Amino acid sequence: MISVALIVIPLVFALVVAFCNTNTARILAITGSVINLAVTIYAFSQFEKTTDYQFAFLADWIPAIGAKFHVGMDGINILLILLTNILAPIIIISTEIKHNKPSLMYGLILFMQSALLGVFLSLDVLLYYLFWELALLPIYLIILLWGSENRYKTVVKFFIYTLAGSLLMLASILYVYIKSPGGNFSMDNFYNNHLSALEQKWVFIGFFAAYAIKIPIIPFHTWQASTYTEAPTSGTMLLAGIMLKMGTFSLLRWLLPVTPLALSSMLPYAIGLSVIGILLGSVIALSQNHFKTLLAYSSLAHVGLISAGIFALNMDGMKGGLIQMFNHGIIVVGLFYIAEIVNKRTSTYQLSELGGIRVHAPKLAAFFLILLLASVALPLTNGFIGEFLLLNGLFQYSMWLSAIAGLTIILGAAYMLRLYQKTMLGLDYQYQRIIPDLNLTEKLVLIPLTVIILYIGVFPGYLLDVINPSVEKLLSIIKIVN
Amino acid sequence: MRELVLWIPLLPLIGFTINIIWGKQLPKIVSGGIGKLSVLASFIIVCLIWSTVANNQGPETYAYLNWIETSSFTVPFSLQIDHLTLIMLGIITGVGFLIHLYSDGYMHDDEGYHRFFAYLNLFIFFMLLLVMGANLLVTFIGWEGVGLCSYLLIGFWFKDHANNDAAKKAFVMNRIGDLGFLIAMFLCLYQYKTLDYTTLNSMAATIPAGTTIVTVITMALFFGATGKSAQIPLYTWLPDAMAGPTPVSALIHAATMVTAGIYLIARLNGLFLAAPLTLNVIFCIGIATALFAAVMATRQNDIKKVLAYSTVSQLGYMFAALGTGAFSSGMFHLTTHAFFKALLFLCAGSVIHAMSGEQDIRKMGGLKGSLKITHLTFLIGTLAITGVPPFSGFFSKDEILAVCYSKSLWMFVLLAITSVLTAVYMFRLYFLTFYGNFRGTEDQKHHLHESPWTMTVPLIVLAILAALGGFIGMPEVFHTPHIFKEFLTTIISPNSGSHEVSHFFEYCLMGVSIVALALIVILVYNYYIKNNNQPEANESSLNWFQKAVYNKFYIDELYNAVIVNPLSLLSKWTYKVLDRKITDGIVNQIGLTTLLSGQSIRKLQTGGTGFYIFAMVIGIIAMLCINFLFK
Repeated sequence: MISVALIVIPLVFALVVAFCNTNTARILAITGSVINLAVTIYAFSQFEKTTDYQFAFLADWIPAIGAKFHVGMDGINILLILLTNILAPIIIISTEIKHNKPSLMYGLILFMQSALLGVFLSLDVLLYYLFWELALLPIYLIILLWGSENRYKTVVKFFIYTLAGSLLMLASILYVYIKSPGGNFSMDNFYNNHLSALEQKWVFIGFFAAYAIKIPIIPFHTWQASTYTEAPTSGTMLLAGIMLKMGTFSLLRWLLPVTPLALSSMLPYAIGLSVIGILLGSVIALSQNHFKTLLAYSSLAHVGLISAGIFALNMDGMKGGLIQMFNHGIIVVGLFYIAEIVNKRTSTYQLSELGGIRVHAPKLAAFFLILLLASVALPLTNGFIGEFLLLNGLFQYSMWLSAIAGLTIILGAAYMLRLYQKTMLGLDYQYQRIIPDLNLTEKLVLIPLTVIILYIGVFPGYLLDVINPSVEKLLSIIKIVN
Repeated sequence: MRELVLWIPLLPLIGFTINIIWGKQLPKIVSGGIGKLSVLASFIIVCLIWSTVANNQGPETYAYLNWIETSSFTVPFSLQIDHLTLIMLGIITGVGFLIHLYSDGYMHDDEGYHRFFAYLNLFIFFMLLLVMGANLLVTFIGWEGVGLCSYLLIGFWFKDHANNDAAKKAFVMNRIGDLGFLIAMFLCLYQYKTLDYTTLNSMAATIPAGTTIVTVITMALFFGATGKSAQIPLYTWLPDAMAGPTPVSALIHAATMVTAGIYLIARLNGLFLAAPLTLNVIFCIGIATALFAAVMATRQNDIKKVLAYSTVSQLGYMFAALGTGAFSSGMFHLTTHAFFKALLFLCAGSVIHAMSGEQDIRKMGGLKGSLKITHLTFLIGTLAITGVPPFSGFFSKDEILAVCYSKSLWMFVLLAITSVLTAVYMFRLYFLTFYGNFRGTEDQKHHLHESPWTMTVPLIVLAILAALGGFIGMPEVFHTPHIFKEFLTTIISPNSGSHEVSHFFEYCLMGVSIVALALIVILVYNYYIKNNNQPEANESSLNWFQKAVYNKFYIDELYNAVIVNPLSLLSKWTYKVLDRKITDGIVNQIGLTTLLSGQSIRKLQTGGTGFYIFAMVIGIIAMLCINFLFK
């Protein structure tokens, strides 16, 4: 029942909030998301380290075609549920009410939270697909209504891109549905689909298209940088922090176990593209002059490592992937928020027009530094745990690919420190701006993120433990045929 | 014991936390006091533990929690106490405390006083983890952490972008090495399922020497060490790192952090002994770096830069020793070097302090009158580093020369030349700074003053250590026990790298080095002081070789031309052409084509029934044809 509650609570609040006046809306939105977080924490504390689907709920949905409303938690989705519910209140708090129609914005964020949780919780593929599509709607509206000037072209591109991917995925889903022995949309039926290797290959391509666009894996990434840049920061946070993880999560939940026979022939390409993405993102980020675009390309590199690690099909890669999805979400939301704070103070994202902020705002600079260090995977931050496991997983697949992917450690330090130097350090001779330091709201967003970064960096044990049985089970499903 | 050991790194971490959060509100005496006392307390704990550790006791490991645990491997967060660690702990907390004390005087009027102590404490914390870690991963926490602190402290005065550039360079170059470290860890996990030092060392003893996997692991680790310990090819960040405050140069870039690479190799001596090829590479790189850096040091005019190149050169000595398998000789030189190099840097800081920030030795001169303690202690440091008996450097350096001699005559000759160069650049520095006439401004002359006691006391203590520290490692010829080597026997087999050299050779070495040194001192004195020659003010009067030396052989320019600039161009090209134009272009083209095809197909929807029927008939015929042909 808890699983259903997690989806329903934000949805109800979304509907209420959208029709409130501004101040009530903000308070209600925060309340709603915090309640959901509390429920999640309760669920997390009750979660047992087994392979069972816990807090599950099963009911008939469309009996005629065998679609069920089946949701539940296991080791694969629990971290993403935690992430979504931690980030939702943070994103809502960070969304200030200077926008027009703020209540609608809060409503959409909550709606999005509900849809995302649906994606993660679904154990029935049609239900999953429904939520997958639903999640697109609010982010589309958020960018369209509150994005910057050049948003129309970007939004159309983003929309067509993701929709095209979704359609290919739908084709794959329907094919498996028709051909599979069970004739329903349940996960078990999809995992035991009895398709031939060739059929699975095509199914793989359909799924992969959708996920490659969402993650994004090159060359399907060209919507990303412009969308991140044009979207309002709340939208960018939702996209980079949570929504992208729909893609990497779905690799584990659907793609790999549904098409195990296709993997031996398809994975080398998938890993190759991921590793190229790591390099491409890092190299491009080196000379970016736009704060958000730089972070977008850096994000491309980081998620490239996540997908490469997952595709390596071993314990370390998969666990690293799951942990890093969580970590990356925390870090990237913080970094985009820093960009937003800087922009609020200076009305620019151009690095060439920034500098010397640390003199005026040492606290801002300090939080930025911690987020940055987590992003470049310094030990004792959460980023290190994830990237160490991912690189180690990739290493077991191929030493050379891992060494190439490891270049991100060097390039990441180079572009992030350049970013830091250009924005925070030095002196602002040109503009002579007085930059106020963090206010209470901003601290309320950044302190929890920092605490999580350091806590998981030092004590990653529990998170690694919780996901262990499910990852083992998943690997055994895949490995039986390989 | 378990808890006590944990407190050693924990205390400086607490000091850091307090100072970074509340330091600004605290009065200087409190924030500085916390910074200093936390390290002093750690030092006292180290002494306590040292007194309880028996002479022949092996490593004690204390596991605190399982840090990273997956089904394929488990890495505990565990610390280790043994004789090698104790030496490093003594240096880090002891010399570290003296430098903290010195910083109190040096940074007293700086607006970032509390921040400085916070960073220093954080550095000590990470450095302690580095040497106390019982496995590679815990060491790696410290390894990366000290890199971070180095970044923060080089760029301490962050308003000036020159400092920030130097800081960034240091961090990124260290990271290049760190990738080697990471790969070595992955290899260990892949092959041996462990990162534990004891296991790795004992396991290495069971496999035949020269196994490929061990060679690759050790090479990767050594590559990591070249980054942290500033060896060819990754040394160029260290001279730039002198942009940081001088106590930082003394602590991080001379006494402790840069020796991490030496420590790591000594720690894994069993593994390295199983890789003779790697040891040879280390030997050659060490000697090449020692010589190369010493040449460059002879033409530097910045007091700290001379010392920086000298550090690179001395680290080269240590690597040369490690390369012969004489791990304890490398560690011995590390120890004496920590004393005399920290001393020299702190003296330089005292000089800079007195000269109101001036670092160019061409504008100094004749300081021995007004800076009596600094002058005397600097002289002791100079005598120690150049290897004048009985100062500490003499014993440690001659030991390295002796082991190199037994390995390769030519390499020994190169190292001997390096020793000569060491004497040249050190006495050049010494005479130009303290002798002759004062060449600064009147204003500076007026302000010349000896530093406060917080700065001179550390100088005096370090000078005593630099003068007498060598007696713990007397050569065999004096028939006294080599205390240092014996202390390390539980970690490093006393036989490894002990190449017997004849007593005759030892006497010759001593005799020749004393005579050569005396000659050099006279020559340098005559050239710079008696004949009053000054270092050239500009390059135009130099010949091509001198010019090349003056410009550090254009290595920075080379790296920029070969790596940095092409990478930046590649970055711009990748973005503008590959990403925007080609990839995005194709995507847009696909979108556009879809749109356009839609538009042209739309024209078929004419609404005329006649056309539709015609199209239908054509379609049916076509289908029949296909059916007929393919059945």
